[in-house]
Amino acid sequence: MIPAKFDYLAPTSVEDALRALAEHGDDAKILGGGQSLLPVLRMRLNAPELVIDLGRIDSLRGVREDGDALVIGAMTTHSEMITDELVREHALLLSKAAAEVADNQIRHRGTFGGSCAHADPAGDMGSAALAMDAEFVIAGPGGTRSVPAKEFFVDLFETAIGEDEILTEIRVPKKTGWGAHYEKFVRVAHQWPIVAVAATVNASGGTISEARVALTNMGSTPLRATATESALAGAAATEDGVRPAAEQAADGTNPPSDLNGDSDYRKHLATVLARRAVLKAAGE
Amino acid sequence: MTKISMRVDQENVTDDVEPRMLLVQYLREKLGKTGTVIGCDTSNCGACTVHLNGRSVKSCNVLAVQADGATVDTIERLADDDGTLHPVQQAFRECHGLQCGFCTPGMIMQAVDLLNENPNPTEQEVRVGLEGNLCRCTGYHNIVKSVLYAAQLKQGVTTTEGANA
Amino acid sequence: MTVVDAAPEARPEIGRDRRRKEDQRLITGRTRWTDNITLPGMLHLAMVRSPYAHAKILSIDVEAADKSLNIYEVFTGKDLGDSQGVNANAWPITPEQITPNHLPMPTDRVVFAGEIVAVVAARTAAEARDAAELVDVEYEVLPAVLDLKEAAEDKVLAHPDLGTNKSAFWQLDSAGQGTGRAIDEVIDEARADGIVIEREYRQQRLIPAFMEPRSVVVDPTGEQITMWSATQIPHIIRFLLAATTGVPESKIRVIAPDVGGGFGGKLQTTPEEWITWTVARRIGKPCKYTETRSESLVSAHHGRDQWQKLTLAATKEGRVTGLKVDLLADLGAYVGVVGGGVPVLGAWMFNSIYKWDAYQFNCTTLLTNKTWVDAYRGAGRPEATYAIERMMDELAAELGQDPLEVRERNWIKHEEFPFTTVAGMTYDSGNYEAATAKAKEMFGYDALRAEQKERRDRGDRVQLGIGISTFTEMCGLAPSRVLGSLNYGAGGWEHATVRMLPTGKVEVITGTSAHGQGHETAFSQIVADRLGVPFEDVEILHGDTQVSHKGLDTYGSRSLVVGGEALVLAADKVIEKAKPLAAHLLEANVDDLEFSNGRYSVRGTDQGMLISEVALATFAAHNYPEGMEPGIDAESTYDPVNFSFPHGTHLCAAEIDTETGQVKLRKYTCVDDIGNIINPLIVAGQVHGGLVQGIAQALWEEAVYDDSGTLVSGSFVDYLLPTAADTINFDIGHTTSPSTTNTLGTKGVGEAGTIASTPAVVNAIVDAVRHLGINDIQMPCTPERVWKAIHTSSPKGDATEAAAMPHFDESEPGQSSTEGAGA
Repeated sequence: MIPAKFDYLAPTSVEDALRALAEHGDDAKILGGGQSLLPVLRMRLNAPELVIDLGRIDSLRGVREDGDALVIGAMTTHSEMITDELVREHALLLSKAAAEVADNQIRHRGTFGGSCAHADPAGDMGSAALAMDAEFVIAGPGGTRSVPAKEFFVDLFETAIGEDEILTEIRVPKKTGWGAHYEKFVRVAHQWPIVAVAATVNASGGTISEARVALTNMGSTPLRATATESALAGAAATEDGVRPAAEQAADGTNPPSDLNGDSDYRKHLATVLARRAVLKAAGE
Repeated sequence: MTKISMRVDQENVTDDVEPRMLLVQYLREKLGKTGTVIGCDTSNCGACTVHLNGRSVKSCNVLAVQADGATVDTIERLADDDGTLHPVQQAFRECHGLQCGFCTPGMIMQAVDLLNENPNPTEQEVRVGLEGNLCRCTGYHNIVKSVLYAAQLKQGVTTTEGANA
Repeated sequence: MTVVDAAPEARPEIGRDRRRKEDQRLITGRTRWTDNITLPGMLHLAMVRSPYAHAKILSIDVEAADKSLNIYEVFTGKDLGDSQGVNANAWPITPEQITPNHLPMPTDRVVFAGEIVAVVAARTAAEARDAAELVDVEYEVLPAVLDLKEAAEDKVLAHPDLGTNKSAFWQLDSAGQGTGRAIDEVIDEARADGIVIEREYRQQRLIPAFMEPRSVVVDPTGEQITMWSATQIPHIIRFLLAATTGVPESKIRVIAPDVGGGFGGKLQTTPEEWITWTVARRIGKPCKYTETRSESLVSAHHGRDQWQKLTLAATKEGRVTGLKVDLLADLGAYVGVVGGGVPVLGAWMFNSIYKWDAYQFNCTTLLTNKTWVDAYRGAGRPEATYAIERMMDELAAELGQDPLEVRERNWIKHEEFPFTTVAGMTYDSGNYEAATAKAKEMFGYDALRAEQKERRDRGDRVQLGIGISTFTEMCGLAPSRVLGSLNYGAGGWEHATVRMLPTGKVEVITGTSAHGQGHETAFSQIVADRLGVPFEDVEILHGDTQVSHKGLDTYGSRSLVVGGEALVLAADKVIEKAKPLAAHLLEANVDDLEFSNGRYSVRGTDQGMLISEVALATFAAHNYPEGMEPGIDAESTYDPVNFSFPHGTHLCAAEIDTETGQVKLRKYTCVDDIGNIINPLIVAGQVHGGLVQGIAQALWEEAVYDDSGTLVSGSFVDYLLPTAADTINFDIGHTTSPSTTNTLGTKGVGEAGTIASTPAVVNAIVDAVRHLGINDIQMPCTPERVWKAIHTSSPKGDATEAAAMPHFDESEPGQSSTEGAGA
């Protein structure tokens, strides 16, 4: 339906955006690409008094290198993530996951930062960021701070970003040359993932030396499959080599039961998808 | 109210709009461009797809104010001024890629974007490229055919089979 | 005489893959959807809907809403009272049918979540919505009955004042009507010395989900009141508006402009239309209401929703002898315009293409506190075909024989047509052998069976299943007398007028009402051939009751079979009417005239004139025979003599990933016999679209309610429609057994794909994993359901009893009908 009325600001700098936030507090909502916020507004699930559009702030866009990390502007679109050469070379998993978000049209508008800040447990980019040990750079009235992914995702639709803060960029430690794959399980193409697994591996000569594996929609936040990661160290990049590790992917999780699957089924899926994701990543 | 200016279908327009007005509503209600339609309220169906600064977007998922300063192209100006249809439009007609026509504007605009980015797609690439557009009438078979045929039309390669394959 | 351009090309139009006339405007955005309409002073309506499935309306406080910006007025059910008319049921299936009174906006009690309790009229749609959010309704929540089997027990009543949830009981009994033996005898014989297979199947609730949300505009300011509506049935709406709101029929004009799909879902008289009508008349200004998709999913009628108990009796050699069907059909909270009859339409179809000794169909229609249910593509016949085609596979499994062989043994042979079935229907023509042989070959049946075996022997992670559906359906609704005998509230005729314009163009008015089917093109082809005029010169008009004053609209695959026949008869009348004038102008004897290719010629000479010239002559009327009216326009009202019976053989190959339960379609081949084909391109499109909807029922779609009666699949996020990325290409073929009951020999194709495909897919899925001890997976066959079936079944042994009950234990209600895809 038609959203409720709201006022609108399109600041051209982070400082202006922060000022507006400081003034309006929780009556304001940040607008990134809008692909998550607009559906919420249209269903009147949320009715902010003010929408602050980050779309005119150029400093929030773009991908650059900073030593052993990539720095990705929060307003970088999924589309840009798919093709950006730096991302593909140093953080391939992010590119792979971005390619799986929703559909083409939504990828042209939706942003990496926006998706993470929205923190839908079924969101694809959160798991990919978690698997990459990303650090979220948050600007506030007191300055800038950096929050590691493990602490960034607090609960469903809740992150470490304070009411008066804005996510400006995401620092991603380089994993140059690592293979990556995002295995998403859906019933129809445009669906939110029932379960998905983000995997990136350092493999050569048929052996995996290191792996990072994160799970989508297996809890209220993206989760790292740490048991699987440990068990993959030194594993052969074959079905039999990966299976034992993948079987631990759901350990410690308590996934939701809903229309698309109950908890047991989701746990089972996680192990299957983890195996497939790791194998495909190793095959890259 | 917020003042916005944009270039829509090659014409400059300026209006005062409520920030909450969606781009698709702006097109339909303020500009009378009813060729672009609304099919759902969760940005699943893609019937509202237009091009914003040259890329396909779901116009129900963009605020009109976000498009301030942008170029918007809709189905209504896809054909040439002299009426010559865009290859994608020609192909949809040739291959019977539409029935009721409601999803068609969005489907065509997305197909145009798909072919702009990937001029020679495989069938699978076409299918995945259209995953953001729902159709209830055609079962997609002929839509996919239309896009593949359009790719050939664009490249100047036409097959004798045409739409009868 | 003027010289007119050369006669049209000799190539016949019928059978030609003409590109559609409709397309030019549709591909350029030059469309006329109802929501486009803007009239001076028009107000926008927003609905306030109940969140509760069953509740008393204690109070409605409109004060805050009324004070909102640019609000014109707010109305409740009490404000509108009787002036709002009723949404009537036009088909009580029995004289005793219990039919709740359906006020568009109830005054005291809501009976499904989403029912309208107040309406706001404002200057803009946004303001109407804002105000609607301020309407404060106080409810007293009542117990709701949601589960279909529980509804049958009458413990909680959907409408307490009716005293029961049972709306009607309808039976077709072959012994009773003299078309077969007594079913119980036949079943007992089989129990003693044959095979008896008993299964229970769930036809889940679906949502038609046409792409264009419904919209209605009412302009009360003209001499006649005009309603534009995204509807399939402008004529029926006009009639029922007159009948239920007291406005004289001649003061009512209903227009269906461009309509974006219907599939039976827009075959309805809706509260939204009736409320908009009433409010517009009350206020005296044009009013528009356009629904959101969420509103559409919850308030536009749903489809299917049955529990089916089936008993199949056969000899031990595998010849079927008896079929007993017991249906519980969920009507939802009200009986729709034809809702009560939809399950009954399947009564003649469970027996399908097979020969039986006995048959009995029993159907109980029930009310629940959910969205009402009515026609959805196939309307009763997909449910029937699903059941019988699943059962035939069960029989084949029991016998350990190839499912195609078992079917062939039992079906009506080509030489036996016309054949009167155990249900009493006479199928005019058909050739199941030819369709099946062709399908098998196109499909590569033998190779796929071989691959299936290899995978099975290897214990492959991905198993292959082959599903079959050999079906017939009854369409071309319908012979009016038959409808009368069924208590249907209208006839099944169709009307056409052919007007020969003086400049040579032909204007055809049809009472059908296309919403994507390409009538403008196909009908032009028919008329062009019949009259011998150029295809481009024919203009098909439809959808406006002031233009097409008479018609019964489009549904039930009737437009070509019935509407097309009316066209032909009208065109033939034109040709006859023009003869005396042509003879007169040619100074010849009427008996010496021949008509062919648009031209009247005098036998044995090269003298002649085009029919368009005759038309021009009637315009001038300077020279015409005494006693003749100067006009050659003609009309026809055609009442079909029988239903038509297209048939087909559908073969589906599906891969099951046994690790995840994911189903992937590998190949789908169908050979449909729909009689003579007018436009093969349009036919293929109808088949493709129908297939995907049927496949979607098998794999993806279900309308799911939670325990409080809220539709949880209430948006496209959760009500899963497939995309191009989820579907495959289809191999379509045809055989042709022309209908013997209409001139063009056509049989209708609009619903066939949907009717056939669902069991083809489910049979394929079950076939893939049957060796693991599975004989059923409830639809939609979600990955979770498939995976659970695989991992909780007992391999080998007990193959016929695994997932369903061996006999019907009345004390065991079985699976809940509200269990969603998670079950």
